[in-house]
Amino acid sequence: MKSFTTVTGVVAPMDRANVDTDMIMPKQFLKSIKRSGFGPFMFDELRYLDVGKPDMDCSKRAKNPDFPLNFERYQGAEILLARENFGCGSSREHAPWAIEDYGFRAMIAPSFADIFFNNSFKNGLLPIVLDAAIVDELFKEMYATEGYQLTVDLEAQLIRKSNGDEIPFEVDAFRKHCLLNGLDDIGITLQDADAIRKFEKNWQQKSPWLFGAMQ
Amino acid sequence: MAGKTLYDKLWDAHLVKQRDDGTALIYIDRQLVHEVTSPQAFEGLRLAGRPLWRSDANLATPDHNVPSLKSERDGGVAGIVEDISRIQVQTLDDNCDEFGVTEFQINDVRQGIVHVIGPEQGATLPGMTVVCGDSHTATHGALGALAHGIGTSEVEHALATQCLIQKKMKNMLVKVEGELNPGVTPKDVILAIIGEIGTAGGNGHAIEFGGSVFRNMSMEGRMTVCNMAIEGGARVGMVAVDQTTLDYVEGRPFSPKGEDWDKALEYWHTLHSDDDAVFDRVVEIDAAAIVPQVTWGNSPEMVTGVNGTVPKPDDIADPSQKAAIERALDYMGLTGGMSITDIKLDCVFIGSCTNSRIEDLRAAASVAKGNKVADTVKRVLVVPGSGLVKKMAEKEGLDKIFLDAGMEWREPSCSMCLAMNSDKLGEGEHCASTSNRNFEGRQGFGGRTHLVSPEMAAAAAIAGHFVDVRDVINA
Ligand code: SF4
Repeated sequence: MKSFTTVTGVVAPMDRANVDTDMIMPKQFLKSIKRSGFGPFMFDELRYLDVGKPDMDCSKRAKNPDFPLNFERYQGAEILLARENFGCGSSREHAPWAIEDYGFRAMIAPSFADIFFNNSFKNGLLPIVLDAAIVDELFKEMYATEGYQLTVDLEAQLIRKSNGDEIPFEVDAFRKHCLLNGLDDIGITLQDADAIRKFEKNWQQKSPWLFGAMQ
Repeated sequence: MAGKTLYDKLWDAHLVKQRDDGTALIYIDRQLVHEVTSPQAFEGLRLAGRPLWRSDANLATPDHNVPSLKSERDGGVAGIVEDISRIQVQTLDDNCDEFGVTEFQINDVRQGIVHVIGPEQGATLPGMTVVCGDSHTATHGALGALAHGIGTSEVEHALATQCLIQKKMKNMLVKVEGELNPGVTPKDVILAIIGEIGTAGGNGHAIEFGGSVFRNMSMEGRMTVCNMAIEGGARVGMVAVDQTTLDYVEGRPFSPKGEDWDKALEYWHTLHSDDDAVFDRVVEIDAAAIVPQVTWGNSPEMVTGVNGTVPKPDDIADPSQKAAIERALDYMGLTGGMSITDIKLDCVFIGSCTNSRIEDLRAAASVAKGNKVADTVKRVLVVPGSGLVKKMAEKEGLDKIFLDAGMEWREPSCSMCLAMNSDKLGEGEHCASTSNRNFEGRQGFGGRTHLVSPEMAAAAAIAGHFVDVRDVINA
């Protein structure tokens, strides 16, 4: 998992409430055998004019000119600005996979759906919950300023505007530790690798029949 | 101090580290891998540049979407018609190659449904922790193992660390005492248990099945029972180790031999709940009261005896329960109050990890022998659970019995249990199925599944509607 310390990037909008994981990653892409490569299909139904299928070459598809993420000014965005209850619906981990693969590092919204919120941290994405009024203000500033950028400083738990203004945010201490150090669940368990090896050695002595190749 | 349950013992033996937040690291002895839930896990390892912790702890085989038709099967992986299925099976082969995992490939005689081949090969053993990206992994608990299903991220976690992060569950004992009546099978026992405790009855619990009925039950019968623990809400179902277990395990390809065997026996003899062990919950059921079961709705708890009737929504006081029954009857195309034996069948499926072992096929064949499938029944599929089961059945002539009766004899796979290959129910068709889930659309869009035992399925195929198999055997 990528570690997250400080990200300065362009902010892009997903300006509607209750965006569900189906919208983020439509079901026809769940049959894939991969967890990478979902970025081009993120928000597929909104983003393209044709019906998306796995394995399509998205660079050749007709884009929806009215969908903000297709606007020139939002290209290369790394921070997604969203509304209430972002990521609701099914528990598919393909949704955060897609957002991360697209290039986003952080998401800001008044609230996120539970499972999506958890899944995001597992995949190196930082979801930030801010007051609805503050999010609203950010939307206004973003629309008013072409190339609008924010800096997210996880260590300091601050969002910095280019004019120097700062917005503090909350994050669970354990999750912060994991993100700062790029530790996913597996990474955390592997910090106990010595304990696992010690157990394994002892277990192998007691139950040697559980070890050895199956041929 | 109170004694320990079987679950306590297995948990304690595999505890690597207890964490302050109530979770624990549990060591995993065996992971079974199939084509549907493993590709993203291997990809995750690759992306993170992580090796497998222990390749010898894993055993793989494709089962969920390999074709059951011999003609399609003969073409190997390349012959699989559906793209997604072929890519998934091919990807499993490639991943097993790359990571050094033993795999029984599509046309290996040892290939089969993961939960059938594990015990069959001695790849799952008493005292093991067993995981698989499949919710019916509790099947292996029949051997006195701690076995449960996991999701894809956990598959990756187990591949990379040989551990899982777990919270300890509560202990539940389901005790069935007495003698089963003739014609009443392990499948009927577990369906009756689910009817009693409900599909959420075992939530948060590890179930141990105890009492004379399970002590007298064959290993394959115990597998049928443990297989459906998840349909009663429990991720784990187990039976204590006894002589029946040891007789079953001895001499299998990956079972311990010689000195190891003696050492294993010493440990395995301790794998039962202590007499003074305390369970958080105990459910007792009278064996003599169980009759052959048939599900009429879209949840395994919607079940009744073959001599019973479909419930009338109007008789139900609780409004949400009433609504659930109305919805189920509407989907199933049944009317409240009708006799179970009046349900007509279009299709019969004998197979799945619940009932596709040799004893199941023998039981079905004993009913089918010398009879013909009813004209009104369009299709009867008999799908053995592994290549070895198929071979054994053919040696015993069971395939002839099925074919003579007008049934189809297929290649080992999950087949119509979940309809990921081309074996699907048509819309509105009623199917007597020996599988474990009767959810809406499970066996095909709009399909109507009735869960039953292999004997009951065979009898229904011949009559064209449900019949009490006890009348058939006595006749
Ligand atoms: S037979 Fe059915 S329940 Fe069993 S593993 Fe296959 S799909 Fe799952």
